[in-house]
Amino acid sequence: MRITCPNCGERDRREFYYQGDAVALARPASDAGPQAWDDYLHNRENPAGDTQDLWFHEAGCGAWIVVSRNTVTHAIDSTTLAATVKR
Amino acid sequence: MTEVVLERLVLVSPYIGQAKWASAALKEQIGLGLSAPGRAISNRRARVIWAGQRSWLVAAEVKLEGLAAVTDQSDAWASLRIEGAGVEDVLARLVPIDLRASTFKGGHTARTMLAHMNVAITRVGAQAFEVMAMRSMAGTLVHDLQAAAAQVTARG
Ligand SMILES: [Zn+2]
Repeated sequence: MRITCPNCGERDRREFYYQGDAVALARPASDAGPQAWDDYLHNRENPAGDTQDLWFHEAGCGAWIVVSRNTVTHAIDSTTLAATVKR
Repeated sequence: MTEVVLERLVLVSPYIGQAKWASAALKEQIGLGLSAPGRAISNRRARVIWAGQRSWLVAAEVKLEGLAAVTDQSDAWASLRIEGAGVEDVLARLVPIDLRASTFKGGHTARTMLAHMNVAITRVGAQAFEVMAMRSMAGTLVHDLQAAAAQVTARG
């Protein structure tokens, strides 16, 4: 498996740490209520198909990357710096 | 293989929206601005090595108050120069990226791995690279490079 880091180019999977669903970038407001916070912290989809998750280029440039990929075909559609998604 | 002594080394991490100004201030102070991702630049006074997401290693004394976080890392890194005819073959045994001259040219730099160590690798000549690793890993770095070089030599 190879992931294209927006900073570094295509790199081997071993340089990356897998965090999980990119829902982590959509933090609810502090008064959003227990259901929203429960979903944010604990509840995850387990899709057969397109998914977006966060990978950390740990043994590279140290950037967090949003990876859009397909869990069935293993194809990676796009990679974006989390820093640009958040701002 | 020779040690590269970097007397003064700081990590420059520009504050959000300040990269342009930090680069301009650096240019004024040391004659070099911030390099592009994956690039290292140098002059007689200083060196600027891209070191990852929004960060650069700068071998010089700099003042960037209000523009960038500047952290002294002079004693944090060990740096060595490795050169010779088989240097690409030696590094290919340890590093998971393509360092051949066709893709990794003079002035190119990469944050990647060497064996299991996080390193910064820069091409400094046709048959020469500079490898930087955490100081605590210096012994392992030399050992792994020597072992790889011996293996390449044994193949003839
Ligand atoms: Zn990267």
